Amino acid sequence: MSGAQTFLNRLEERVSERQAASLPEPTWIVARRQAAAARFEALGFPTRRDEAWKYTDVRRIGEGDFALARDAAFSKAAAAALTLPIEAIRLTFVDGLFSAELSDLSALPSGASVEPLSQALADNHEAVGGALGRLTGVEFSPFSALNTAFTEEGAVIRLAPGTVVELPIVLQFLSRANDAAVMSHPRVLVQAGARSQATVVEHYVGEADAANFTNVVGEILLERGAILNHYKLQEAPLGDFHIASLHVDQGRDSRFTSFNINLGGALVRNDLVSDLNAQGAEASYLGLFFAQGRQHVDNHTLVNHNAPTTFSNENYKGILGDRARGVFNGKVIVKRDSQKIEAYQSNANLLLSDRAEIDAKPELEIYADDVKCSHGTTTGQLDEKAVFALRTRGINEQTARGLLTLAFAGEVMEQVTVDAIAERVERTVAGKLPERFNLTELVDASLNEVHDTGLGEE
Amino acid sequence: MLEVKDLHVTVEGKEILKGLSLTVNPGEVHAIMGPNGAGKSTLSAVIAGNEGYEVTSGSITFEGQDVLEMEIEERAQAGLLLGFQYPVEIPGVKNVYLLKAALNAQRAARGEGEMPAPEFMKLVREKLAYMKMDPSFLQRAVNEGFSGGEKKRNEILQMLVLQPKLAMLDEIDSGLDIDAMKVVAEGVNSLRDSERAILMVTHYQRLLDYIEPDYVHVLVDGRIVKSGDKTLALELESRGYEWVTEESAA
Repeated sequence: MSGAQTFLNRLEERVSERQAASLPEPTWIVARRQAAAARFEALGFPTRRDEAWKYTDVRRIGEGDFALARDAAFSKAAAAALTLPIEAIRLTFVDGLFSAELSDLSALPSGASVEPLSQALADNHEAVGGALGRLTGVEFSPFSALNTAFTEEGAVIRLAPGTVVELPIVLQFLSRANDAAVMSHPRVLVQAGARSQATVVEHYVGEADAANFTNVVGEILLERGAILNHYKLQEAPLGDFHIASLHVDQGRDSRFTSFNINLGGALVRNDLVSDLNAQGAEASYLGLFFAQGRQHVDNHTLVNHNAPTTFSNENYKGILGDRARGVFNGKVIVKRDSQKIEAYQSNANLLLSDRAEIDAKPELEIYADDVKCSHGTTTGQLDEKAVFALRTRGINEQTARGLLTLAFAGEVMEQVTVDAIAERVERTVAGKLPERFNLTELVDASLNEVHDTGLGEE
Repeated sequence: MLEVKDLHVTVEGKEILKGLSLTVNPGEVHAIMGPNGAGKSTLSAVIAGNEGYEVTSGSITFEGQDVLEMEIEERAQAGLLLGFQYPVEIPGVKNVYLLKAALNAQRAARGEGEMPAPEFMKLVREKLAYMKMDPSFLQRAVNEGFSGGEKKRNEILQMLVLQPKLAMLDEIDSGLDIDAMKVVAEGVNSLRDSERAILMVTHYQRLLDYIEPDYVHVLVDGRIVKSGDKTLALELESRGYEWVTEESAA
């Protein structure tokens, strides 16, 4: 049986279960599932012959047998240990299924709606269902087709014009250590009305022994003047497979900032796309990935400058140890007549081991003539002068290298405005450093001092 | 405390130190002066462990230990600390991390546990105030975007926190205006006591008005050719280096 067929059998299983449980779906949604399934069957899983998947081999996913999650049970205490310690509007999903018990929408201001997808569809399947797939259709990749075939749960965030949501909206995806590995295909839909503002955090985390497959598709629409900060904090269990795409449609004067932080997962692929469709639209992409062991992390980004006077700025940093592999592919396309645009891109990678590998590829396609663009990628080791300087202060070589590795990540992290995320990442990066680099205690102690003495506010 | 005997050092095949000997005892402040290219900075760099230098013969001992056999960090942990002429910028490494890591390494080497956080912060804040530095500075990256004066103050701040037994200062006065020099000199002077020693390398006598040395050595062409007390520095200031060179050649 082919890999794709194994997945499609699960879909049939699910459809019959729904019928048995008398949970009929609107016929048009059923038709969409079937069309997506057919598309996925025709495409199959991507192989390394596909340009977009040249460096990322997904056979381990295709050959897997992932069941569908049955329930969203998760102990409150265990969840609390994984949850970001911040006051937030929070939706929690366990293996892709919604957990009302672990969610908290009490701080939701008027003008903002945050709901699980199932509920949003039940309330208005035409408006919500119709919006899904407008940006990321089944043609985007075999994984988006697979997601569309299985779409069941996710998050829908809608902001009325002028709504400002002060608290972050956290979408927490917990991966459970199950007897049999499961898969989930969540959707995230954000519709931000004119001049609305919000911070959305997608947080992927779970039990250490989990080995599940998450295939998420996100779509974000920003109307005129909307400002959205999007954090993706991916610290999934080291056995998890994680495939994600996020597509952003940006209207006039809208501002989108993405922090794409990837620390976990066995095999990770992120696609991030912005369409800058009207003047004044601005996209900032900040990325950090840290892989070790045999982790594989692939980041593909694409910025389409579809209109004049649009701006993009990208800075991705990668740290790779042991036999980890990283991919950075950043593409910028400036359409004809998209004059007066500015597009800057930089990528720096740090290799901590001889056997770690990075494939970095910046791509610029410019069809306009009055533009300011730059891109660059560097890959290297630590600055030996700095290692020496630290050692002359009595700091042993291992700690010195660890401090400098943390510092390398710092350039991206210092722009994070949600303190709990910055601290979480700083601690995680310090904790992920090889034993001989381990700085956890030092970082903990210093962060605690910031809190104790109020130094952070100065 | 520090014993340098007949030290020969080459850099990229060129001999820079040609038989330098020097003894520093606890409580003493030594200044090494000399014309450009005489090898002044080489001595302190070799003691600190800079790997670009090859010691071809001679010895350096510190409190009876063979310094040349020690790792770079072991030298600092033992109490040998160098204040650089051009402190390196270390983007992303917060000053508070450097200070904490350095202090803990030194304590660990002495078999002591980590300093409790409140005590550490109290110590650091006190030293910051002494160096007229703002506390916000602790969360800034080491030397990144610092002015020349700030970098030098930062070197001295590290010394005040780490309390070396032998503080070596390489052209600590270069690039400092008079106010910054006073602050730096005050910091250095606060380290002076009967247990500690200071070894300064300088081109100008000016610094010695603020940090008074017990001994002044003139280094010419890789050797100490004349030693004296602080009046020797004044003589060098008015007469230049040539007469010493001629006197030693005679």
